[in-house]
Amino acid sequence: MADMVATRVAYGKALEELGGRYGDIVVMDADLSKSTMTVGFASKYPDRFVQMGIAEQDMMATAAGIATMGKKVFASTFAVFAAGRAYDQVRNSIAYGCLNVKVCATHAGLSVGEDGASHQMLEDIALMRVLPNMSVLCPADATSAGWAVEAAYGHDGPVYVRLGRAPVPVYHPEGTAFSIGGSVPMAKGGDVTIIACGMMLGPALEAVGLLADQGISAGLLDMYSIKPLDEGAVLKAAGSTGAVVTAEEHSVIGGLGGAVCELLSGRLPVPVVRVGVDDVFGESGKPAQLMVKYGLTAADIAGAALRAIGMKRDAIRPQEV
Amino acid sequence: MFRNLNEGQLRAKTKELRTKILKMLCEAGSGHSGGSLSSIDILTVLYNKVMNHDPKNPKYPGRDRFVLSKGHVCPALYVVLADCGYFDESHLMTLRKYGSILQGHPYMHKTPGLDVSSGSLGQGLSVAVGMALGARMDKGNQRVYCLMGDGEQQEGQIWEAAMAAGHYKLDNLCGIVDQNRLQIDGFVKDVMNIEPLADKWTAFNWNVIRCDGHDMSSIENAFAQAAAFKGKPSVIIADTVKGKGVSFMENKCNWHGVAPNKEQLETAMCELECD
Ligand SMILES: Cc1ncc(C[n+]2csc(CCOP(=O)(O)OP(=O)(O)O)c2C)c(N)n1
Ligand SMILES: [Mg+2]
Repeated sequence: MADMVATRVAYGKALEELGGRYGDIVVMDADLSKSTMTVGFASKYPDRFVQMGIAEQDMMATAAGIATMGKKVFASTFAVFAAGRAYDQVRNSIAYGCLNVKVCATHAGLSVGEDGASHQMLEDIALMRVLPNMSVLCPADATSAGWAVEAAYGHDGPVYVRLGRAPVPVYHPEGTAFSIGGSVPMAKGGDVTIIACGMMLGPALEAVGLLADQGISAGLLDMYSIKPLDEGAVLKAAGSTGAVVTAEEHSVIGGLGGAVCELLSGRLPVPVVRVGVDDVFGESGKPAQLMVKYGLTAADIAGAALRAIGMKRDAIRPQEV
Repeated sequence: MFRNLNEGQLRAKTKELRTKILKMLCEAGSGHSGGSLSSIDILTVLYNKVMNHDPKNPKYPGRDRFVLSKGHVCPALYVVLADCGYFDESHLMTLRKYGSILQGHPYMHKTPGLDVSSGSLGQGLSVAVGMALGARMDKGNQRVYCLMGDGEQQEGQIWEAAMAAGHYKLDNLCGIVDQNRLQIDGFVKDVMNIEPLADKWTAFNWNVIRCDGHDMSSIENAFAQAAAFKGKPSVIIADTVKGKGVSFMENKCNWHGVAPNKEQLETAMCELECD
């Protein structure tokens, strides 16, 4: 875990690499190429880079048009503009036609920090996940981000890839088996399972240690594929531990926690406690300060695990009739 | 596909297609009459005299592309596609019905001959810009056509796309504005004035062409001028009449999104056939 690498940096690197291998990749940006890191591809393959200016809605529909010409289009901007401002374009021009546009959105979540709430996208997983045909990936580190770019390229249809601004540790060694609809088990445990994605993998790993100190054995899944969700892994975890915690740098409404609850409530109801931002906007500050204020630390996850385990023991379930 | 039709034959065809539009709308019981009738002459010329396309091979990569940005007037496009042979005419009477290949707004994966889906106004020109960029990347000589409404010009995204097309000097792109002067809530000039429209397109670095959108040779001539113009995208501002061909629909705001009932259909048929 020596290096700290932002997932957006891994994205830029993967694009450059894929660009050399595949002639049908087109990359688009809306005046943020130095932040989304598409700039490397742009300078290497200027004929396959399309600068759209500050016009995100136009970029998404233009991406759809390029995709109809047989290209695989990677369209990048900040998550708040990709998923928010251009929502109808992503819905009607991209997802409805199931076109090969890969919306790679950077600067997701609170860890944007100083820019404040206008730029801290906490609703994008919910917005993108609900679209038919759309797959949603939220890689936690550089290794899985690099994989996600290649997987998005190989996948037939639209993909939303959620990327972060802040450098994060590299958790996964090269050669880790990732797949769309897969997950990576990071810890085995019998008392509770933590299901985390993106930025929250680090705090979740730490939480596993905090719980172990209290004699609690917590399992951990890196759920980088939010849609399709690794249903098998979630059901297995819920079955074996009987208590689940989700952790995401996103609203507690409609994100990874929502997806896990939707699955479990219908198939294997167990207590689920969701760790995320509690239906409020963020604010300016250092990422670490914001993580504390908005309840996204290892201690918050460990506390949630204790509550989930408590609910399991108290069995506050309807009596059988 | 090019049909060797003279002006009179083209006019006869548009009359026949107008009757089909009205019949299918009446059968559907809902849909957009006014804008379908204002754009049918443009679409007929485009698909019979201008665009390089092959109904027997709808996905042939070298074909010209068409984007119906004002997707609500798909009945006009559907009758033209059926007339070209993309699908059997019998489908026309299934418009907007459960299980139909003819959805209420264009859906590319159900209707043969559609290059893209549409329905949310203001997005089609961007899609067309993408197609033109894609064609250029592969050094293809496909041309891309995009039909917009005049009310639709109020969407900000139109101007984002116009700026991009001008910036990239997409002379393989041709926009058409069906200037029927009406939208849903009234006259365009009263709802939200878009004038001076030609000046706007000129200012966005487009070549502007004007034509009479119901005169076959004027339309054909406009498309020829657009194809010949190099170094800039072209836009054809076509003067049209909403509801054209049916007296009680012409210039009537209320006929925007209403289908004729059986009696109204009969009256309209009489008018079209006697004309
Ligand atoms: C983004 C969007 N907003 C609103 C509508 C609803 N709508 C359908 S047609 C129409 C009016 C269109 O007027 P115009 O572009 O002039 O078309 P035409 O007169 O040719 O029918 C509106 C507002 C829509 N389809 N898409
Ligand atoms: Mg109009």
